[in-house]
Amino acid sequence: MTRMNYAGAVVDVLRICLREDPRFAVMGNEILGLGPERVQFEALQQEFADRIFFPPCSEAAFTALAAGAAMCGQRIFAHLGLGSFAYPAFSSIANEIAGAHYASGGTIKLPVVLHLCHGVLMGGASQHSESPQAMFWNIPGIEIALPSSARQAKGLIRTAFRSDNPTLVISHGMMFGAEDDVPEEDYAIPFGVAEILREGRDVTLVAMSRTVGTALTAAELLAAEGIEVEVIDPRTLVPFDRRSLFDSVARTGRLVVADETRLSCGVASEIAAMVAEEGFDLLKAPIIRVARPDAPVSASPQQEAAMVPTPQKIAAAVRRVMGHG
Amino acid sequence: MTHSWSAAHKTAVLERMLLIRRFEEGLVRLFEQHAFMAHYHLYIGQEATGVAVVEALSAADRIATTHRCHGHVLARGADPGRALAEILGRSTGYCGGRGGTMHLSVPELGFIATSGIVGGCIGLANGAAFALKQAAGDAVVAAFFGDGSLEEGVSYESMNFAALLSLPVVYVCENNSKGALGSVGGGFPTSVSAVKDLTDIPRCFGIPVETVDGRDVEQVFAAASRAVAHARQRKGPVFLHAVTERWAGSQPLWPELATGETDLAMAWDASRISGPHAAWYGQHDPVLLYARQLLAAGVLRQDELAAMDRSVADRIAAAGQFALDSPLPPAGALLDHVFA
Ligand SMILES: Cc1ncc(C[n+]2csc(CCOP(=O)(O)OP(=O)(O)O)c2C)c(N)n1
Ligand SMILES: [Mg+2]
Repeated sequence: MTRMNYAGAVVDVLRICLREDPRFAVMGNEILGLGPERVQFEALQQEFADRIFFPPCSEAAFTALAAGAAMCGQRIFAHLGLGSFAYPAFSSIANEIAGAHYASGGTIKLPVVLHLCHGVLMGGASQHSESPQAMFWNIPGIEIALPSSARQAKGLIRTAFRSDNPTLVISHGMMFGAEDDVPEEDYAIPFGVAEILREGRDVTLVAMSRTVGTALTAAELLAAEGIEVEVIDPRTLVPFDRRSLFDSVARTGRLVVADETRLSCGVASEIAAMVAEEGFDLLKAPIIRVARPDAPVSASPQQEAAMVPTPQKIAAAVRRVMGHG
Repeated sequence: MTHSWSAAHKTAVLERMLLIRRFEEGLVRLFEQHAFMAHYHLYIGQEATGVAVVEALSAADRIATTHRCHGHVLARGADPGRALAEILGRSTGYCGGRGGTMHLSVPELGFIATSGIVGGCIGLANGAAFALKQAAGDAVVAAFFGDGSLEEGVSYESMNFAALLSLPVVYVCENNSKGALGSVGGGFPTSVSAVKDLTDIPRCFGIPVETVDGRDVEQVFAAASRAVAHARQRKGPVFLHAVTERWAGSQPLWPELATGETDLAMAWDASRISGPHAAWYGQHDPVLLYARQLLAAGVLRQDELAAMDRSVADRIAAAGQFALDSPLPPAGALLDHVFA
C-alpha cells in the first residue's frame, strides 16, 4: 500500500494502461481538475509525450474522434472536462456511442473510456457544477463508474480500460486531493459489485462518489446516538449491483439514498424505485432520498452549500426512517 | 466612418479603462481574502477593446459576453459595487448573487446573457440580432468572445446562419493568445487552432473582417464604429478581431497580480520601468499606453491623472466595502427564479 491522492491514482492507472497497450492514448485538458493536483499529470506527459493529446475546446468533435478510434480497435481515454462541457458532446455520446453496438447487431465494438468531473465545486454556479450521471444512466449502452476514493479510481479505471463497451468514469471535481491507501500493484475492481464501507443493522445508506465520505461522517454521528447505519457504495451505476442493495435492505428494512444528482430523475430516484418496486416487503419505513434540489446551482455560498447532501441532512433522513424526528 | 473624441471624452475613456483595471486588481485582493471562491477571469490587458467597442454602441444595442465579462459590464456603465457584490454572491449584486463572476450580466444595460460555456454566447447573440432585425429600428448586437470560442462547432454554425440571414451582429473576437503559454505548468488554456489567421474563418462565410491592435483604444474604436455601422445599415454580420498580448497574470489557471498594482507614474516616468515585465509596462499595458498618449498630447496633466486615479481608487474601495457589507441571499430562497 502507498498513501496516494486521487489524482495520483488516476496517473498511476493511466501509466499502467499506457505501458501495457502501445496504442492507448489519453486526450483532454485539465484531466485532474482545476486544483493544485492538476500538475501531477505532467509525469505522464514526460513519459508518453506522443500519446497524450491536448485537444481544442471541441468536446463534440474529440469525443466522436475517441469513439471512432475505438471502433477501429484503438482505446482512448477522453476527458470531457466538467459535466457541463459534456453537454456540447451529448450528441456524440447519446447518438454515436451509446447505441452503436446494438444498432450494428453486435458487430461494432466501442471500447472508449470517457471521463468527466462532476459535482458542486466552489462557486461553480449554473454552468460549472453539474452532475450529469443520471442523464447518462438513462442512455443504455454505456457503463458508468463513479470512484469514491483513490483506491477505487485506480481499480475502476483499470476495468474501464479493459472493457469492450463504452465506459464513462466520473470523478468528483473536488476529490483529486483526497488521500487513501492504494495498492502498488496492478489491480482491477469489477464493475457491478458494490462495496460495503460500514456495516450496520438499522438503516441501509447508499452513496457514491464524494457523497460516500459524507455518508460515513453521518454514520459516525448516528452511531453516537445508537443508530447503526450500513453504508453501501454501488461504485458503478451500469452495471448496477442490485443484489448487494437488496441483501442489505433485507437486513436493515430501511433505505436512505444520498446523492449529488438532482432529486427528480436522479440517481437516488432510480435506486429508490428499484427497492420500492421489488423490495417493498423488505421495508419497515418509506425510503428517503437526500439529493440536489431541482434548481440550477447558485453562485452564492449559502445557496450553493444547500445543494449538496451534508452529514446533517443525511442524519436527519436516517432519524426519520428510524421513526425519530 | 471617422471619429474624433474631444479632450474631455478621451479623458473619460481613460477613466473607464482605469476603473476596470482597479476593479480587477481589487478583485484579486478580495479573492486573496477569501471573499469568494470561484474560478474567475480578469479583463486586465483587454480594457481598450471592451471600452472602445462599447463606446461604438448605442443605448438600444445589445451585448452578449463570456466568462471574461467584468470589463464589458463596467465599460457599459455598470455600478462597480453591484458588480462586485454579484461576484461575491451577495443579494445586492446584479443577479442577486446567483450568477457570480461567470454570469455577471446587466439586462438594463442591454446585456442579453453571460455564458461561461466557451462558444455559448455566439448563438444567443444571433438570436438577439434576429429579434432586432425583425423589430423596426437599427439596433445591433455585439458578441464578445475569446479566440477559444472558434474551436467550438456552434461558432461555425452560428456564423453560417448569421451570414445566411444577414443578421445585424458584430462578432468581437478578443484574441488574447499572443504570447500565451497555455497549459504549461497547469496554466490557463490557449488557442489550439490549425487556423493561423482567425479571420479566415468568418471570411469563408463571406463575413467582412477587420483585425485591430486590441491595446489601442482609439484604433479599436475606429474599427468598431465601422463594424457597428455595417450592422446598423443592415448589411449583415461583421467580425472584429482584436489582438492583445497575454497579460502575465492570466498565464496561470488562477489569476495572479503578476505585474503588481498598476503604477500610473510609469506613464510619465520611464525610469520606473524595469524587471521581467518591462515590455508589458512599456508596450502592452493598454491603460498605461493610453495614459502616456494623452499626457504626450497635452490632453491631461500628470496631476490630473493622479487625481483621476485617486478618485477611481476611492470608488473601487467603496464598491468593495458595499459588496462586503451586503447580505448573502438565504439558502431558503434557492428555489426562487427557477421559473419566471
Ligand atoms: C464548452 C467549454 N469547454 C471548456 C471550458 C473551459 N474553459 C474555460 S475558459 C477556456 C478558454 C477559453 O479561451 P478563450 O475563448 O480564448 O477565452 P479567454 O479566457 O482567453 O478570454 C476554457 C477551455 C468551458 N468553459 N466551456
Ligand atoms: Mg483566449
